[in-house]
This record gives sequence, C-alpha cells and structure tokens, in this order.
Amino acid sequence: MKDKNGFPLIAVTGMGILTALGEGRDDNWAALTQGKSGIRQITRFPTEGLRTTIGGTIDFVDVEPFTCASFTTEIARRTAAEALEQAGLAGQTEFPGPLFMAMPPIEMEWPMRGAMVDHSGASGDATYADLYRAARQSAPHDRELCLFGYIAETLAEEFGTQGSPVSLTTACASGATAIQLAVEAIRRGETEAALAVAADGSMYPETMIRFSLLSALSTQNADPARASKPFSKKRDGFVMAEGAATLVMESYERAKARGATILGIIEGCGEKADSFHRTRSNPDGKAVIAAIENALKDAGRAPDEIDYINAHGTSTPENDKMEHFVVKSIFGDHTADMPISSNKSMIGHTLTAAGAIEAVVTLMTMQNGRIPPTINYDEPDPDIDLDVVPFTARDQDVAVAMSNSFGFGGQNASLIFAREPA
Amino acid sequence: MSRQDRDVWITGIGLVTALGDGVEANWAALTGGASPDPILDREVVAPFVVHHVPEIDFSTQIPKRGDQRQMELWQRLGVYAAGLALDAANAKDDDALKSAMDMIVAADGGERDIETDNNLFTGMLTAEDRDALLIERLSNDLRPTLFLAQLPNLVAGNISIVHGVTGSSRTFMGEEAAGHDSIRIAHSRIAAGQSEICLVGGTFNARREDMVLLFEMGGYNWTEVETPVWQRGESADGKGGLALGSMAAFLILEDAGHAKARGVTPVAALDAVAATRGKRSPGHVTDTLKQLWQDAGVPVEGPLGVLSGATGVAGPTAEEADFLRGLDNAAELDVRAPGHLIGHGLEGEFPVCLSLAALCARDGHMYPDHGGRLAGTGEALAADTAIAQVAVTSIGHWRGEGLGLVRKVS
Repeated sequence: MKDKNGFPLIAVTGMGILTALGEGRDDNWAALTQGKSGIRQITRFPTEGLRTTIGGTIDFVDVEPFTCASFTTEIARRTAAEALEQAGLAGQTEFPGPLFMAMPPIEMEWPMRGAMVDHSGASGDATYADLYRAARQSAPHDRELCLFGYIAETLAEEFGTQGSPVSLTTACASGATAIQLAVEAIRRGETEAALAVAADGSMYPETMIRFSLLSALSTQNADPARASKPFSKKRDGFVMAEGAATLVMESYERAKARGATILGIIEGCGEKADSFHRTRSNPDGKAVIAAIENALKDAGRAPDEIDYINAHGTSTPENDKMEHFVVKSIFGDHTADMPISSNKSMIGHTLTAAGAIEAVVTLMTMQNGRIPPTINYDEPDPDIDLDVVPFTARDQDVAVAMSNSFGFGGQNASLIFAREPA
Repeated sequence: MSRQDRDVWITGIGLVTALGDGVEANWAALTGGASPDPILDREVVAPFVVHHVPEIDFSTQIPKRGDQRQMELWQRLGVYAAGLALDAANAKDDDALKSAMDMIVAADGGERDIETDNNLFTGMLTAEDRDALLIERLSNDLRPTLFLAQLPNLVAGNISIVHGVTGSSRTFMGEEAAGHDSIRIAHSRIAAGQSEICLVGGTFNARREDMVLLFEMGGYNWTEVETPVWQRGESADGKGGLALGSMAAFLILEDAGHAKARGVTPVAALDAVAATRGKRSPGHVTDTLKQLWQDAGVPVEGPLGVLSGATGVAGPTAEEADFLRGLDNAAELDVRAPGHLIGHGLEGEFPVCLSLAALCARDGHMYPDHGGRLAGTGEALAADTAIAQVAVTSIGHWRGEGLGLVRKVS
C-alpha cells in the first residue's frame, strides 16, 4: 500500500519507552494517564551549589561505570528490546534494516579525568600535559565510552542492525529527526524496516550547570513534582530528565505480509530551520509554522483533520508562548476543538529523547482513545488559550495526531500519525 | 516513483586544511611542483603534534564579529568552509535557493575551556571534596555561551544564522562514520528525488588538548608526521598511528537537472556513496571494502584514481593496502593517501578526501605523489594516463567504513 504521494506507507510495529515514570509501555501509560510526575530531587550526585537540584532521573537503572554514554546506552537498549519484542522480532540475530540513533553529546567526564589526575604523578599544578602521561593506563573501554559512535555501535552489535548506524542530533528535536530519517530511508526503497532509537542520559553536574548558565532550567526546587508546568503562568524553565524510546518502523506491506500488528502509521514529517538566533525562535514564528505546514503537506492533511497535538510544551516562558502563537496561526478556529497536551509536565524534558518518547505516547494515545493530561496547570497563562487537557486524562477518540519538537540551533520538526487504514 | 537514479553533481566546494585556505590553495599546494609544506602545531599539544589550518580572515565569510564571538574555532572553520562552498556553487546570494536548501553536518562536540579544566585538575590534587570543587568552579568559571559553542548541532545552527541555509538541518555524529553517513544520505536523498540540493560537510579542530588526550588513551598519537600512512606499520611497536589534523570541507550536492537549470558548472559528479560498520577482527576491513566496492559499483578494470583517507593506524591501513593491491586493476590504480600532509580529521576526513578527489576528477589526473603512493599498485600507469573516476576510501580509526565514487563530468 502506498501513501498519498506514491511512496510506501510507513507502519509502526513495535514501541519501547523508559522514563522517570517507569520502564516499559504499561508503567508509563498508567502513570501518564494518572497524571503522575516523575520529577524528584536529584540524589545520584551531590547538588549543593547547583541552581537547579531537581530532575526526571531514572533512579531504578544502574550501570557500572556510570557515564553518560554507558547509561544512555543501557536505557536505549532496554527500549529497543521492548520494541522488538512487541514487533515479534525479539531473539533474532539480525534486524532487517538500519539504526537511526538520536543521542546527546558525549565527553570524557570528571571522574575519568580525576582518575588520570591521580595517576599523572603531578604535584603542585596539573594540566592536560600531565594527564597525557596517565592516558595509556586507562582501559580500552574507557576511551570507547568517550566516542560519539559508541552508543550506536553497541546497539548495532546487539541487535544486528544493517549497514552504518547513524548517530544524530538536532538538539531537542533529535527523536523526531531519527524517525524522519527512518521514514525517508523506507520511502526511498533502501530498506523495508528501520529502528529509530532516541535516548538521553546526560544529567550530570556539568550539563546542568551549562543549561543553568543559559537560564533554561526551572529553579522551582522546593516542590519537584510541580516544577514542570507547561502553558502555566508561573512556568520558569524546563526540568531536565532522562529517558529513551524506540520505534520499530516498517513498510506497511512488509508488516502486513509477516502478520505484524500495526500500532499506527507515520503519515508525514516536516522540518524547517530557523536562522534567527542560537537559542530562540524568530518571534515571527515562520520557521516553526513552515515545519508544521511541511508535515501537513507531507501527510496530505488539512489542519482541521488534526484531532490532537502532543506539544513540545517545555515549560519555558518562550517555547510555550511561541507554540501557542504558531498553533493559533495554523489551526485558527479549529484550535478550540483540538486538545494539545504536554507529556513534559510529567516526564520532564528528556532533550534528545523527547521526540521519540512523545511519538510513542502519541501512538498509545491513539490506540487507547485517552489523552494524557498537562499537569500542574493551576494557574493558566492568561495569554495562552489552548485546551491543554488540564490535570486529568480525557477519553477521546484520536484518529490523526501531531507531535512537535523544537530545539536550540533553530531546529524544528513535526510528525503526523494516523491509524491503520481501514 | 521513477526518480531513484538521478545524477548527483558536486557544484561547489569549500575546503580548509593544513595545506591551505580554500580549494585552489589546497590544489596549488598539491600540484605546484615542490613538496607541500603543511602547517604543523607542535606547541599547544606538546609533546604531540597536529596538522593545523592557516590563519584565516573569517570575516570574509562571517562578517559579524558578534557571530564569530559565539563560535569556537571548529565552528568558525565549518561555517567558513560552508560559505566558500555556497559561493563556489553560485548560491550565496540566492535567498530562495538557500531557504529550500537541505543541510547535513558531520560534527562532534566542540572545544572545552582548557584553562578551567587545568585549574580543576590542579584543584583536584588537594581538594577534599571534588564534587563540591567541580560545582563551584564550573558554575563560576564557564562562560554561558561556551555551551553553545560546544553543541554539535550548533555548527549547522550557525550556518543557518550566518548563511541563511534553512531548508532542513541535521547533524550526524560518531567520528569518521558521521562524515560517511552525512554524504551518503545527502546523496541518496537527491538521487531519489527527496531533495534537490544539499549543503553537506564536516569540521574538526585538532589543536585541542582534550582530543589529543582521548587519542593518547588508545595509543594512537603519532609524532613522525612526515611518514606516509602506508609505512607507519613498520614502526617499532608495529601499531602505527595518526596525527590529528584540523580541517573542514563542505560540498554542495545537487541534482544534475537542478544544476543545469541554474546554469551551474559541476566540479564533478558523485556517482555513489556507500558506508557500513564492519567488525574489526582481522580480515574484516578487507572484506568490508570488497562489499563496499561492489555496492558502489566501482570499476574493477581500467585506470582508476583512489584517494585514501587511510589513518596510518597499522591494522586497518594494512588491510586497506592489501585490498587495493589485490584488485584486478591494481596495476592501473593511481593511489594517493594525504594523511601525512593534512593529518586525520575524524568527522571532516571523508568530506575533505571527497573534495580532493573531486578536484582530481575535475582536472583528469591525480596530484603528484608526495610519498602517498601505495607500493604494489599503479605499475601499468603511464605518466599521462587520464583519470576520470576516483574512489574515495575512509576506514575509521576504530569503526566505520565509507566509500565514495566521483567522476569527471565531460
């Protein structure tokens, strides 16, 4: 079966998700529809002196040694395993398509540098030149954990994906971009299946400090569960979080031929870069609007056919204002009949992973006919008139849904999902 | 759809290496007769050495000082090379074209604040509570804008801001493989009709203590930089090695029909790009190259140029040499490996080698040997044998194998 443009229709046949709310689809869905928050005080490392001391940490997964790369790999592989299981592809030595892996930047971290300081023999002053002397004492795996290719390499090896695994970033739109790259590869006919994975486990003191220095993070530390409040008057920044998600994507024909259950269809993808500023959208909203319009065009959908939007909804003053402006501009009067909720009110902002996590939640929303709420909406922003599905989940049929993702560096991406054709 | 096999042209190149600033400076250094004299930096990363780029007047491509201040060198190099490519493709002043132009950038993270790091290393020697020291010093000493100068996708972000390329913006990471995949996917999107024109490339600053440290952990750093990469396996420990090289290359890839309609002359055609991830047990690089050669449809008879990105790391470099020597047309291969001239540039490596190969195809001959020739190949070549096709190999130092095939457009 082809889509409206004559390309293979893209089906999702497996999904995996891991967030601070829990591991797996069932636990996440239960928490999301009960309006639970996964945000808590950070206990993994000392936070004294940090402006923000809360986050959506996944405290029930541990790895040794604990680094951004090793932890991100572990949460990614768990969601990939869950997704392959659901797709009926678990236990196979090869996955019949490529891997698109959205991941955070990787660096050597301070504990590893500290160990080299200790082994350097330096006294008085220590510099990189001293650390060179200790470098060759490190284990080969230590260096691999500092390479950007490590995470995708590890997953490609474990799951037997085909060809060169693509590690990618479009900042906070990365998860959506991984899905888009998979859609394009299947449409080109290069492959009949692809694995889109997005994971982010980059919560450590230096990243938090960097985001704090940009005044991006909420500092409402006193009541963690209520800190992420998208579209609310007192929102003051996003709450950083860890998470991962995987989607098994196949041509609809292949999925049907092997008798797979179709969880949903990815109808369209749109993107457009903004040239205005490194961290802010142009106030005219044109690039964001173009990304969404490109997605609608790609899906062959009119704005009033969208039943629900899974918002980017970060809880930063700027994003939520912009998203409201853009949605009103495109959807006009239809906005009043179209719920738009933010999973980030409960999960926090999982950065690189958010686009894929929210794609999974959007597909579960459509499957279950129930829309997860935006929690912490006690004081609505009077300038934002959206139906954000406040506090409690709502039973409502959703046949066509949109998920938006925006990021630093002028990144804007939008995805459109539909049900299996009747 | 019947648009799967559109011809893809390279219609513009921006290039900076240790051999020079710009395409023609690089080509002149390689073809000027005398042995090229690459810029080396032995100070910043002593006792190691890296190839480094010349002083560049960035304001010719990044006119606003404010924009330059927001970037570290790796980003400035990338944005600069991207600007050169846009100029060369006659695209810089066409706002409508740039607004529809796709973009894929191969990039890792950027420079750290070395002074802050060194102060922390010193502090760690005596600190009773390292966690507290870190939080206190990083909170006070890091510049807020440094984060943006480090984020991989901010090379693309800065290209959008400075040059106005906004059709799409994607950043691939993962060392050498990022270079392979960015060009592979840009190429296949155009060939399949998903894209008309794409700015694609990579950038790398080698003059970074933290990066040299990372390569020293694996024992890769090589200081006798003049030794051609093919000979480095003859070192005492037999491991060979690489010297990092600062470099950036951006290419404009374009549907041939689209380029003709714009009246743009191609540098060369990009006929195929293939990439994969081989396992690195002995023999696998040879096997992987065999597969890539087949996937890309590289000619196995007649004269062929080979522009090799071989790193000098002994195992994979020897396997690549074995593979090339074993080809049916080995005696007609004109092989060049510029690693001892420009160093190794990770994400930038494949875009740079592809750029050099395109220049060879454009001029119909490889540049003079300069020691980068591979013994056991090319015996049947005459001095005036024309080279119309050049294969570009890129075997990552740890993982990732890539191949490109460029052709002279007659």
